[in-house]
Amino acid sequence: MSALAADAPARGPLRRFSNFLYRRPKLTLALLLLPPMLWLGVVYLGSLAALLAQSMFSVDDFSGLTVYQPTLKTYGELFQPASLDIILRTVVMAASVTLGCAVIGFPLAYYMARFAGLRAKAVFYLAVMLPLWSNYLVRVYSWKLILAKEGVITWLFGLVGLDGLLDWILALPVVGGPSLSASYIGMWVVFMYIWLPYMILPVEAALERVPRSLIEASADLGAHPRQTFRNVILPLAVPGIAAGSIFTFSLTLGDYIIPNLIGNSRPFIGMVVYSYQGTAGNIPGAAAFTLVPILVMALYLAAAKRLGAFDAL
Amino acid sequence: MSRARGSTRAGTGAGLGLRAAALFGLLFLNLPLVFILLYALTTDDRSFTFPPPGLTLRWFVLAWSRADIWQALALSVEVALAGMGLALLLGTLASLAMFRFRFFGREAVTLLILLPIALPGIVTGISLRSAFDIAGISFSYWTIVLGHATFCIVVVYNNVIARLRRSSPALIEASMDLGADSFQTFRHVVLPNVATALLAGGMLAFALSFDEVIVTTFTAGQQETLPIWMLAQLLRPRDRPLTNVVAVFVIAVTLLPILGAYYLTRDTHDASGSGK
Repeated sequence: MSALAADAPARGPLRRFSNFLYRRPKLTLALLLLPPMLWLGVVYLGSLAALLAQSMFSVDDFSGLTVYQPTLKTYGELFQPASLDIILRTVVMAASVTLGCAVIGFPLAYYMARFAGLRAKAVFYLAVMLPLWSNYLVRVYSWKLILAKEGVITWLFGLVGLDGLLDWILALPVVGGPSLSASYIGMWVVFMYIWLPYMILPVEAALERVPRSLIEASADLGAHPRQTFRNVILPLAVPGIAAGSIFTFSLTLGDYIIPNLIGNSRPFIGMVVYSYQGTAGNIPGAAAFTLVPILVMALYLAAAKRLGAFDAL
Repeated sequence: MSRARGSTRAGTGAGLGLRAAALFGLLFLNLPLVFILLYALTTDDRSFTFPPPGLTLRWFVLAWSRADIWQALALSVEVALAGMGLALLLGTLASLAMFRFRFFGREAVTLLILLPIALPGIVTGISLRSAFDIAGISFSYWTIVLGHATFCIVVVYNNVIARLRRSSPALIEASMDLGADSFQTFRHVVLPNVATALLAGGMLAFALSFDEVIVTTFTAGQQETLPIWMLAQLLRPRDRPLTNVVAVFVIAVTLLPILGAYYLTRDTHDASGSGK
């Protein structure tokens, strides 16, 4: 084939250029890959590296100016009780959100994969994708309306005469608060709502790959459907759940808008990073705190890999 | 153990418990946006009272006459178009390279393309911001576009490479055998083949950019995109009823490209691998 292309009469500079490239696949590859790699490799990775490098600098306590001398002082600040508190709060929230997403998402994914017909599956698929792609801010905002003290949830509880139950929930220590939109419970619900599609899609894909013959074989061998579910279907769905949990966990870890708008304004990692770089002008501090979600995610990814999450992505 | 009961009748249908749980998940995902529409019509402009005391279209009229909203909208559209254009160019180049060639470091390139959406937006945003600071670039329309293009590339890339993988390499070989050069082959064979995937990827990139707020808060200076306008309103509510109207509008603007992209790739599930 290369002989044919080379034999073709060289008409015009474009044709000659094409032939020239054809004989040099490496150059073609370089030309194709250069623009995107310049962008992502230099602009994006470069700025990421520059940011992380700045975490080795520190901010002078008195002048508030950045001292450009390598030091571990900024990392040391991560281990102060106040910082550890923030990290713990964020990680616990991310873990509970992941758990909640798995519990709500699994039945939906299971129904989609095993029981929905072709048409129903398309509808389900759109119903999961549309919220995923709709505006993040608008979706958070919709919960501000719903969770407000005078909003629909309070109204619903009142309608069925359970105002007492709502008051009891809000009076709970730690997770409660003056209203649902100013409590950890509210924040937890909003986080779950925002990231749920990321859990459903990989779980659904994993369940779809479970061969029907395996389930039939299990039934033929006398397993109760409950046993089949526990011993055949669930283990095969674990990689999907692990893959989904990567997203729900990572996205919760880095978010700073939801803890700002919903909840009791106790700081989360994202908010600290934001305020360090913004009002405080403490870029080294922000960079050091940015390392926390990256490191936590590295640990999490290593664990997820052992569960087979990467084959289910 | 409703799920177990569900599988009792595998083949015939799901159990009641599973159906209820699936329905709950579906409503949980889709019902909240209905409230945005409802509150855009409420006559109550001070609180979030439910049920609304009355319905009105007044806020839509008021929002129409607000210059700041129009300005924010115009900026958002300009940024999304420019970001989409850059992402289309870079994403297509990357997908062509990755489709045609096997080379050392291929895995690393895939990871690099995925990284901007795999890492939390705040990491992307703050690193770009500090890089602009170091380089002495002042924040402008172009810094916003730069940030947006970075995470939009992957959407175009995913769509185009999925289509390329499914198209037959024999077509390209036939075109070359018939004497077409690489450019002619691209123009007459490859491009028509991936056109709808490009369109779908472009639409998703537009929607992604039009909605983006986290990276934008870092890469924008004084400029306000529509999501930034909304965020400011959410943090310090001034025009609550107008915020509702803008929210409805934003949903409508992003819904159309998403439905379009789904329609264009419905046989192939292209868009499925392209989650934000």
